[in-house]
Amino acid sequence: MKNTTRTDWGRRQPPVSSSNFELYAWFFMRVSGLFLVLLAAGHMFIMHVFNDTLNLDYEFVAARWDTPYWRTFDWLLLALSILHGTNGLRIVMHDNISNKLYRQIALYGLYFISSAFFVLGTYVLIAFVREV
Amino acid sequence: MDIKLNILRYNPETDRKGHWEEYLLNADPDERILDLLHKVKWFDDGSLAFRRSCAHGVCGSDAMLVNGENMLACQVLVKEVSNPIKIEPIRGLPVIKDLVVNMDSFFDSYKKVMPYLVNEEEPGERERLQSPEDRDRFEDTTKCILCAACTTSCPVFWTADTYVGPAAIVNAHRFVFDSRDNASKQRLEILKDVNGAFRCRTAFNCTTACPRGIQVTKAIEDVKRETLTIN
Repeated sequence: MKNTTRTDWGRRQPPVSSSNFELYAWFFMRVSGLFLVLLAAGHMFIMHVFNDTLNLDYEFVAARWDTPYWRTFDWLLLALSILHGTNGLRIVMHDNISNKLYRQIALYGLYFISSAFFVLGTYVLIAFVREV
Repeated sequence: MDIKLNILRYNPETDRKGHWEEYLLNADPDERILDLLHKVKWFDDGSLAFRRSCAHGVCGSDAMLVNGENMLACQVLVKEVSNPIKIEPIRGLPVIKDLVVNMDSFFDSYKKVMPYLVNEEEPGERERLQSPEDRDRFEDTTKCILCAACTTSCPVFWTADTYVGPAAIVNAHRFVFDSRDNASKQRLEILKDVNGAFRCRTAFNCTTACPRGIQVTKAIEDVKRETLTIN
């Protein structure tokens, strides 16, 4: 005779082995959002309040990027805003494009554009050398 | 008082899509929306289809969209809504006839989160004891009557029928935070899927819609945070 426990949980479904991606994406949005508020506020004050955007020139940017500190600041702003924005758009697309094919096309388009901007921005930040 | 009642009617045998029908009634301001539907069905048009069982806000059969908001027809008085009154079936589920929708997918999502106590240890001499503090942890979510007012008010559920919906997460919450239960991890594994708790965008429609006053969005956020702690 089959040995059954006190309660037969036959209707219980086997655990679903899903990835942690959505969990981490959700957590990332909260943490990156917090950092972005600080970074974007800093960026705005430096570029628009303490300095006048009309007077920003090559010299100003080059002087900033002489220190690895400002390069890191700008790279963090770039990386977090692109990742945060891309994930937000991914969520919007998942919610609003019900056709699977169109959704895949939109998502891959988004990933391509985001990666291109990210690679381009990172390249400029790393490879920039001041020309005297 | 004179009431103008507009009901979104649909008969699968004759209609290709739903159409509005107007009913002029005389009703007391203290009568319920459900009483108006009874008046139509009993004295005017017997073909009107809607669900109701206990008629006292306990069974959760008569959730419907009244003037654009999900509510139980048996719980809302005529004087509490503006006249003319528009009544539609709850959204996001296939309409069978008039105000009756097919709730199979709703209950499938509900069953998916294992909404029952799982504990295979011997309970001991008497029942499994629990402190009042431990009981309070999930007090709010024990109130769910599965009327689907929350799930069918959720904008994510309207477009993505694969989303388990607020009601399923509320019922997972009921057992995830129960100190006597041993299957929290399994439930959270199910809910961390792309169509699980993280599909919630905190629109708060569910919290507004719940006829039992459950803090639905808060319960979903509780589940999200708990998922973070087990990983």
